[in-house]
Amino acid sequence: MSHAAHDHDHPAHLQHHFETPAQQFDSGKLGIWLFLATEILMFGGLFVAYAVYRANHPEIFLYAHRFLDSTLGGINTVVLLCSSLTMAWAVRCAQLGKQKALKVLLALTILGGFGFMGIKYVEYRHKWHEGLMWGTKYAPSEHAKEAAFGHHETKAAEKPAPAPALPPVAPMTPLAKDVVFEQSKVAPAPQGPTGTVSKEARGDAEHATHTAREAKNVQVFFGIYFLMTGLHGIHVVVGIGLISWILKKAAAGAYGPQYFTPVDFVGLYWHLVDLIWIFLFPLLYLIH
Amino acid sequence: MAHGHGEGHPIVGHVVPFRLLVSVLGALLVLTVATVGATRFDLGSYNVWIALAIAVVKAALVVLYFMHMRWERPFNAVIFITALFLVALFIGIALADTHAYKPDQIPGYAPKMGTVVQ
Repeated sequence: MSHAAHDHDHPAHLQHHFETPAQQFDSGKLGIWLFLATEILMFGGLFVAYAVYRANHPEIFLYAHRFLDSTLGGINTVVLLCSSLTMAWAVRCAQLGKQKALKVLLALTILGGFGFMGIKYVEYRHKWHEGLMWGTKYAPSEHAKEAAFGHHETKAAEKPAPAPALPPVAPMTPLAKDVVFEQSKVAPAPQGPTGTVSKEARGDAEHATHTAREAKNVQVFFGIYFLMTGLHGIHVVVGIGLISWILKKAAAGAYGPQYFTPVDFVGLYWHLVDLIWIFLFPLLYLIH
Repeated sequence: MAHGHGEGHPIVGHVVPFRLLVSVLGALLVLTVATVGATRFDLGSYNVWIALAIAVVKAALVVLYFMHMRWERPFNAVIFITALFLVALFIGIALADTHAYKPDQIPGYAPKMGTVVQ
């Protein structure tokens, strides 16, 4: 087949600045992949915040993740994965000109998006009521703490860490009798320097109090949680809007084997949203 | 050949077989169960790496099959991998930097110990 599209009357969807439908399709693909790359970079900034804060304060993440409902998070993962399948299947149906299946699958994908946001709403509302918020709004209710840890553990864990034993001091060698020392003019420090406790001793003390010890600055975890899941949720809402637009046009018979580009590209965006959640779920809900 | 017009096969793009799509979803669901199940075992610092490894496999399945990357022009893969590489670089260097400082040199973040050396 020799570049057949040249001697063909141009289809309605082929823009005048493209030679062939294939060229138009490939250019669009390049554009959508560049857009998806910028999306990855945008979320990348939040993943950096997560990684740095978790590396410095693992105890906050061990403590705070127990306030999250991993069952709801798991259900939402399944919902999003299934809606990814219906989207990929919808693209296939558009490519093969199966009009009815295309519309049904797009509707199912939208339903999946609403299902995800509905579960997210239940989770957010619970956090709002229990005071599990960011910044100065963080004030967890006793009920939330009991649900996450049970009462016994928290009480036992409130005892301060035992003081690590100091290493024995070697006895001084006696000095000659006629040596006289000048009195130091530097006043003794009111407190010894911090940070001189050995890493091992510090680790032992932290282990002794286990994960149930109330960590400080837990509000930062919830700041990270709401930013990451919130930005992701905004993407789901945008995706629902885009797929609804595709469904409306599909109902008018706009897509078929010759032209399915918008279905394909919106699908790629929807899969990226799924991709981000694949990382958010274990990193926020399944901390061990 | 009259270029595949009419119902049947598209003139551009790649049609993923239906069975392959369903198999990928099956694998994704199995891996989701695996990543939840892995939290039942206490493997210390390995837990997070296992969770990340499973997430990377899941992401690869989504990108290769749902997003057609396996049949995509290589240049699009280059763009995608470049973005991932830049994020990895960003996280890696930020972590290397933050590890270079003692936490107790950041005001208000010193680990609270029972005693201080006199």
